[in-house]
Amino acid sequence: MINEETGAALDAPAFPQERTCPYEPPPGYAELRERGPLSKITLFDGRTAWVVTGHAEARSLLVDSRISADTQNPDFPFLSQARAATTRQRTIVTMDPPEHDVHRRMLIPSFTLRKINALRPTIERVVDELLDGITARRPPLDLVSEFAVPVPSMVICALLGVPYDDHEFFERQTRRIAISANDRTDAMAALGELFGYLDGLVKSKEEDPGDGLLDELIESQLRPGNLTREEIILTSIVLLLAGHENTANMIALGTVTLLRHPAELDALRADPELISGAVDELLRYTAVADTMSRVATADIEIAGHVIRAGDGVILPNAAINRDAAAFADPDRFDVRRSPVRHHNTFGYGVHQCLGQHLARLELEIVFSRLFERLPTLRLAVPVEELEIKPAGGAQGVFELPVTW
Amino acid sequence: MSAGDGGGPPRISADPDRCLGAGQCARSAPDVFDQDDDGTVVVLRPDPPTETHDQIREAIYLCPSSAISFDAAE
Ligand code: HEM
Ligand code: SF4
Repeated sequence: MINEETGAALDAPAFPQERTCPYEPPPGYAELRERGPLSKITLFDGRTAWVVTGHAEARSLLVDSRISADTQNPDFPFLSQARAATTRQRTIVTMDPPEHDVHRRMLIPSFTLRKINALRPTIERVVDELLDGITARRPPLDLVSEFAVPVPSMVICALLGVPYDDHEFFERQTRRIAISANDRTDAMAALGELFGYLDGLVKSKEEDPGDGLLDELIESQLRPGNLTREEIILTSIVLLLAGHENTANMIALGTVTLLRHPAELDALRADPELISGAVDELLRYTAVADTMSRVATADIEIAGHVIRAGDGVILPNAAINRDAAAFADPDRFDVRRSPVRHHNTFGYGVHQCLGQHLARLELEIVFSRLFERLPTLRLAVPVEELEIKPAGGAQGVFELPVTW
Repeated sequence: MSAGDGGGPPRISADPDRCLGAGQCARSAPDVFDQDDDGTVVVLRPDPPTETHDQIREAIYLCPSSAISFDAAE
């Protein structure tokens, strides 16, 4: 049987699904969960795929060597035309072990807890300077373009050694990639422009090295021939995009979530020690990186089902993070929740977010300082009026008008 | 050695070849685990004190690449 509106089989609802509240899962996830930890959904191209809503099942699949992130596999399940076009490259995100691990090991020395903690003064300065500018202005203003995007963007530029003067250029390209859910051509054009930009930057750095991660990669990987120029460029694009997009969305949605839960915000203000757990609870609750996709390369028995070789597997974190078997009273936002770090917003298994310590540190500093400097911060429009980013990509809002 | 061996205090082992540097261990149990300059796991205290055992169990649960184990004698 077919649903006439969406063309999806009735026992396999259409996916991805749009959010109706910026920080809550799409309403349809409740129905997916009722169907059990694994069920079927229908993708934009009419294919069906598995959807995983169970936390234990998601963790077990994400570490299973029969599950692949390889977007060049002809059976890989894409969430939209544009995603199919822009995510086909072989990068750390789409490689499987053992190739993946070789590339990841080149990057992990720069992302250890200790290295990231050493960035604290840099991040604090970035956040304080932006807030100095904001508090000197008259409200209202758009917190996304004035704060949520610049913070991670400045930080990742500093880390990589990319001139921040060029930030408007690559923020515009990232935005084009993020919003063009159904416009394949525009997404590809934006990716092409980013590629051209980084190609030029790598060339100029080869002649005139600086002291960023990109310079280190050129020295330690490009010169000895461990990585090709194209691989270096793709790695930089992954880091630039991953480094600011999700974090920016998280700053915006985290702010909305805290403003909409005043008792929790008060608790956090009264006890700054809660910040680290509160950040993980915000990550769990808003699940900005909602969906991860994989393809099975062999049959897998799980939860009374058999995932066949070639089946697509979709893992929506906004559902996985609300599994009552893993989080008591999962729909409650609770800054004191413990344990909380086992949420899936950074993924799990070999691809678990490389930048998670950086993201957490940025978010801890942001949410501590923001409400300290702007104690009367509030939304300037009703939350229902915020325009939510399209389903299937990073979740967030395009603008966040605030006043104080 | 497994949990049932009954001999000696619990010991930690870590496999740097499996470790992909997610750093969950150093975050959960900073007195027991650290990350090397290359980003992979180092065990600071192979026979950790009892008060760190819960942190170690958390680290093992959170480690995304099953790189650490704990032969607890309980
Ligand atoms: C709140 C912010 C962030 C969120 C929610 C987030 C989320 C994620 C998720 C879910 C994955 C796994 C994708 C998959 O398995 O399919 C991932 C991977 C990755 N993230 Fe993040 N991320 C964030 C910030 C960052 C930052 C700041 C960086 C810094 C450069 C970064 C770099 C990466 C990289 C390189 C990978 C690929 C790792 C691999 O495949 O081995 N992320 N991230
Ligand atoms: S948590 Fe696991 S993967 Fe991460 S650094 Fe520790 S041992 Fe390595």
